[in-house]
Amino acid sequence: MSSPFSINGGACVAMVGKDCVAIACDLRLGLQALTVSNNFPKVFQYGDNVFLGLTGLATDVSTVSDLFRYKVNMYRLREERNIAPRTFANLVSSSLYERRFGPYFVSPVVAGLDPKSGQPFICGFDSIGCIDFAKDFIVSGTASEQLFGMCESLWEPDLGPDALFETISQSLLNAVDRDALSGWGAHVYIIEKDKVTKRLLKGRQD
Amino acid sequence: MPGFDFSNYNRNAALHARGVPLPKATSTGTTIVGCIYDGGVVIAADTRATSGPIVADKNCEKLHYIAPNIWCAGAGTAADTEFTTALISSQLELHSLSTGRKPRVVTCMTMLKQHLFRYQGHIGAYLVVAGVDPTGTHLFTVHAHGSTDKLPYVTMGSGSLAAMSVFETQWKPSLTRDEAVKLCADAIESGIWNDLGSGSNVDVAIITPDKTTLRRNYIKPNERTQKLKSYAFDKGTTAVLNEKIISKADLGNFVSVHELTEESGDKMEVDT
Repeated sequence: MSSPFSINGGACVAMVGKDCVAIACDLRLGLQALTVSNNFPKVFQYGDNVFLGLTGLATDVSTVSDLFRYKVNMYRLREERNIAPRTFANLVSSSLYERRFGPYFVSPVVAGLDPKSGQPFICGFDSIGCIDFAKDFIVSGTASEQLFGMCESLWEPDLGPDALFETISQSLLNAVDRDALSGWGAHVYIIEKDKVTKRLLKGRQD
Repeated sequence: MPGFDFSNYNRNAALHARGVPLPKATSTGTTIVGCIYDGGVVIAADTRATSGPIVADKNCEKLHYIAPNIWCAGAGTAADTEFTTALISSQLELHSLSTGRKPRVVTCMTMLKQHLFRYQGHIGAYLVVAGVDPTGTHLFTVHAHGSTDKLPYVTMGSGSLAAMSVFETQWKPSLTRDEAVKLCADAIESGIWNDLGSGSNVDVAIITPDKTTLRRNYIKPNERTQKLKSYAFDKGTTAVLNEKIISKADLGNFVSVHELTEESGDKMEVDT
């Protein structure tokens, strides 16, 4: 049997721009080679500008996204403020490490802007909560190797919101076209200080 | 003690029994070293994190804070080194607060080995513990199964052989500070070049009785050169089927946190 990380397929990527960040995911949900749905987003919003991308086993993607909705709501009630991306990243990390010996099969990606300074923030995790802080981009999912290659060549520092959108979209689209388990459309979020733009991309349906 | 949650364990074990491979964790297939000199101790690490053959992080931090005068270099499973050192750091701070004494390196090393021994090697943390306390300068290695060593110079991780070869040819008793830093940096560089699990930059920490100096990216022999041309796409390259803009003002529709004014409600009664 194949790895739990590659049963359902899926890809996710986050990138840093100039005073903005982007996070994107594909929309496929599959069962090995059979595509079950072409509308299974893997990016979730937790507050003004905190986003979480989750790839891996779809049952765990749903469970973990709901778990963090619960945890973030509890944080908001206790603290009477929204959670900051960096705080959320540490929450994700410690929640995953709590299950060190029985992990969720997910590879999370966090993207957001710091609510005080407006500084872009992205990071990725392995399934047991080790944080990978990056200054450029984070990739996850079955197309991660393709995404590494695309991002490594297309990404450059200080991209504006529009340029960042084109870069992340082309990186994702071209990566998932070389992965049989990912694709079938994509969602892209561009997060800026005063607005968030969500776009549905036209992608191959094969 | 940490409360690990095993509620997914049976599910994952059942999956594993049916031939599903276990997930691959980020590992720091690392070179880490430490060396005592006259007047202090130096530890150093490379900055590559790997996930199988993929370089997951090109500039990660493997030098972990335990106490102001005690630092740790970690190899093995990245999450384990990160959380084990954080846990012991927290316990040691509480211990030093309750005893009113500076934390000792042996205490730290003992807490680490007892914690790791309890988990029988399942917590994959391989550590170099170094520090200066009122009893002197100390340098230890701690293995995931709980065994420890006390030596004047140590190496760990996949690049330990490459690094040790440098120590075995160049180390001498009673080094100066600069000699020790150079020796450690050279040992790490040997790992960076000759061990595939190690790479990128050299981090160094110098611990003396007065202070600790963390030299993040002390040597950067693998800096990325700037691209000569840009791949930036023109606006409108990507076909968009649907676009939704949520402005900050509208975000209130999704998030219901509002600042309360003085007169907008009864104040909560709080016992003083």
